Amino acid sequence: MRFLRQSLVIAGKDLRAELRGKETINASLSFSVVILLLFSFAFDPSAEETRAICGGLLWLVFAFAGALILNRSFSRDQPNDCLDVLISSPMPPAALFLGKVFANMVLLLTVELICLPIFGLFYNVNWTRQFGMLFLVLLLATWGLTVVGTMFSALTVNMRLRELMLPTLVYPTMIPALLGAIQLTTLLAVGEPITPDDYAWLRLLVGFDVIYTLLGLALVDTVLVG
Amino acid sequence: MREKLIYLIAVGVAILLVANLYNILLVLPDEANQGAIWRIFTFHFPSAMSAGLCSFLALIGSMMYLWRRNLWWDAFAVSATELTLAFGAIVLITGMIWARIIWGIWWAWDARLTSTLVSWLAYAAYLIFRKAIEEPTARARYSAVISILTFPGVIISWKSIEWWRTQHPGPVLTIRGGGGMAPGMQPAAYWNLLALAVFAMILLSIRLRQENSQRLIDGFRRQVHEI
Repeated sequence: MRFLRQSLVIAGKDLRAELRGKETINASLSFSVVILLLFSFAFDPSAEETRAICGGLLWLVFAFAGALILNRSFSRDQPNDCLDVLISSPMPPAALFLGKVFANMVLLLTVELICLPIFGLFYNVNWTRQFGMLFLVLLLATWGLTVVGTMFSALTVNMRLRELMLPTLVYPTMIPALLGAIQLTTLLAVGEPITPDDYAWLRLLVGFDVIYTLLGLALVDTVLVG
Repeated sequence: MREKLIYLIAVGVAILLVANLYNILLVLPDEANQGAIWRIFTFHFPSAMSAGLCSFLALIGSMMYLWRRNLWWDAFAVSATELTLAFGAIVLITGMIWARIIWGIWWAWDARLTSTLVSWLAYAAYLIFRKAIEEPTARARYSAVISILTFPGVIISWKSIEWWRTQHPGPVLTIRGGGGMAPGMQPAAYWNLLALAVFAMILLSIRLRQENSQRLIDGFRRQVHEI
């Protein structure tokens, strides 16, 4: 309980800082909208074309937006050595990590929920028909993305090529989750039913989340403290 | 003594490989459906297993480093990762040649092929990451974490032919419940597996020695700089 409260304190701190500065959320939101626009030039945005690739389109946007958010996650605390203070505080590093994951999750989910209607407008897709299920997929995949991403954000925070290194490491690792999310989102967004065949993707998403959450909580000690 | 032993084993592997090649190319007949190209399997499968073995050794090395904090294990992990990449490249290339002849295309984006390529890229990112950190203990610590985070991808790649309906053939060897290959042809793959796996271990020991000498040299260099 104490552990969870500590992580919520960290998440609250990060979100409050973000709410006051708004630098990350603004940057990643405007970036996402630009990418959404750019995709309309990459293919003919007709109904069939969009139906076939909308999951991939959305998740690429979310992955790019996520990288922007994750880049700032730990480097936000670098000025005035705040990160060192956080690490040396009596709170376990795993709680710090979990708090950061919560904050990133909220930020990325906000971006996603704003991008979805914009996508629906631009590409003329009625994505609300199976929103409950779609939201579940969003939650599961975003959790996987932020857990892996926050871990790598902690790994790369002190590096010179941080902005470059993070996507290079994160994208290959998160591809299983991204793949599952893309398959399911393509079906759900255009209103097609989920068949038992697709449950394999859902299982993959859940398995990915569980494995990487456990790995993240177990390994973050070594990354942050040494 | 250790070197002589390694070279002795290497000679044994070389003889075994030549014998295998003789058997594969000259003794065994063409396959009924695939023709001559089935022979590439006798290198594709052993390389895949060797790559998987090396990635597992990289995982062991990374976990042992985090436990023992001895840079020897870091050298072990990075050597094993390099071999994973080398054998992974053989898997991908032999697979693509086979696909070009049997499927008519070089590449299909199915679960097995994609997950293998993704794991390969992730291990390549591991090596790129190492280059970006100067301090040896920080580098070892961080890259050990990355190696552990990368390994689940290998399991996904291994199991993908059972979890999804892939264009890549399902299990073909009897040992995994497959029935896609004549029993008389399977020993050739197993003998090559022995040859390539031992070859991988030889390369690992040589690469490990290089890494450890490199670390010694770097240590001396730092001492000289301090003086």
